[in-house]
Amino acid sequence: MAAVLALTAVGLSLVFGVMRVVNVAHGEFFMLGAVLAWFVTYYLPLPPAFAWLAALIIAPLIVAGIAALADVLVLKRLHHDPEATIVATIGLLYMLQQAALTFYGPDARPVAAPFEWRIQLPWFGYSGYKLFVVLAAGLILWGVWAFMTRTKAGLVMRATQVDRDIARSFGINVDRVYAGTFAFGAALAAMAAVLIVPIQQAHYLMGHDPLLLSFIVVIIGGLGSLRGTLIAALVIGLSDGIISMFFSPTLAKIIATLLVALVLVFRPQGLFGAKA
Amino acid sequence: MLQINGLTAGYGPVTILRDLSFQAAAGQVTCIMGRNGAGKSTLMKAIMGLVPAQSGQIALLGQPLHRLPAHKVPLQGVAYVPQGRRLFGPLTVGENIDVGLLARNGGAKTRNFVLDLFPRLRERLDQTASTLSGGEQQMLAIARALCLEPKVLLLDEPTEGLQPSMIALIRDTVLKLRETGLATVLVEQRVESVLRMADQVAFMAHGRVEAQVSVTDLRPDSTLFRQFVGV
Ligand SMILES: Nc1ncnc2c1ncn2[C@@H]1O[C@H](COP(=O)(O)OP(=O)(O)OP(=O)(O)O)[C@@H](O)[C@H]1O
Ligand SMILES: [Mg+2]
Repeated sequence: MAAVLALTAVGLSLVFGVMRVVNVAHGEFFMLGAVLAWFVTYYLPLPPAFAWLAALIIAPLIVAGIAALADVLVLKRLHHDPEATIVATIGLLYMLQQAALTFYGPDARPVAAPFEWRIQLPWFGYSGYKLFVVLAAGLILWGVWAFMTRTKAGLVMRATQVDRDIARSFGINVDRVYAGTFAFGAALAAMAAVLIVPIQQAHYLMGHDPLLLSFIVVIIGGLGSLRGTLIAALVIGLSDGIISMFFSPTLAKIIATLLVALVLVFRPQGLFGAKA
Repeated sequence: MLQINGLTAGYGPVTILRDLSFQAAAGQVTCIMGRNGAGKSTLMKAIMGLVPAQSGQIALLGQPLHRLPAHKVPLQGVAYVPQGRRLFGPLTVGENIDVGLLARNGGAKTRNFVLDLFPRLRERLDQTASTLSGGEQQMLAIARALCLEPKVLLLDEPTEGLQPSMIALIRDTVLKLRETGLATVLVEQRVESVLRMADQVAFMAHGRVEAQVSVTDLRPDSTLFRQFVGV
């Protein structure tokens, strides 16, 4: 699903753009979002629609908290060194995965969709929920864009992205910006997962695919470029869906990987350069 | 105003500044001269807390700065115009100013003050900072720093690479600001500019201030210039 992929990829891109941290554990924040959504909807005695809505708020908040903690306890001690943080986030990936396996178990479990109607178009029926996901993801993406370009917090993040020392000289607490950005990026992945989990069941290994696809999207779109990430997410998401449906998922992955290789060779800065 | 005693500082294990002492007074321009690599820029970064002090003190009006995290230093009233300007390039002129205003919550009044100082910036608020001309970029770097309403302004080679009319404009601005009581610390390599702007001149070599004298004690052919700048 292109829309959900875009959300996940934007989270990854934001973290890389502002912090220069390649977050290998990004897919696990996605997985955690889905797993937490299952817990919330399972244990909250609410009708499905409200339980799901609660999950949409609670899961990203918890995931954001975990991410902020990981940043302060681990990444900050590494001074956000680009190489050391790759190793650290690989460690984080396995910790989160094992934690999910321990507390959630190896089974895939479904989460009820908040509503169940189908839209009957003359030529085929379409799930109303899927349409809703596209709209919701679009709305959240627009919100992220507005946040980055119109608010003080967004301005602070963009200034830190350009030059963290000079940002400090203007009173910006870079450690706090980093923790906030890492949490924000993780929350976006978690939100994407809560949106997708009524369609795709929650499973402790479900973080791999979104991680891989997000990387592909972010590389093609240009690391740290918001606009590029969005466009690339749309292209990759749609073509992945179409090729998987009519040919095979393997072919879709091969084509995407080929595309990444081509971009890396001919336009290493990504299709949309380094513009934020 | 700004008082530095016995400062030793550097990058990681590399010590650049050794037992350095320096002062800058309110309403005065204090120039720093020295050859490439003498440690002038490192001194500015140390004042801003961007290079950690290994020993010694940096104090502003008696308040220690050297133990503060870097992001607290501007709140004490020190603003920094770094060498090479280091604007937030992808951001617009207006956004660069906004970042300057954040720390002090400086409002429309401060914004108007800096834009009145540089009317050319006012015409270009929506332009991307990296597309400005060199002179305009320097104006923006100074305007952004002044948004902090500083007591001390650090300027690291602000006229580097600019044409004479721009140099004159920057010089006039520095002199205008001096009238407001600002303590200005200016790294400047041109003897002629130093003699026209400075009240005090500090000569640096090998990470130390070897001499700090009043400008009235200097002539264009003074041996201090020959010794520390090589002209
Ligand atoms: N980030 C850094 N890491 C390690 N050493 C550095 C760093 N920046 C500067 N230095 C070293 O510190 C010394 C002083 O550099 P500094 O930039 O302070 O000199 P400067 O007096 O400003 O020179 P210039 O006139 O060329 O601007 C130089 O030997 C330089 O190589
Ligand atoms: Mg220098």
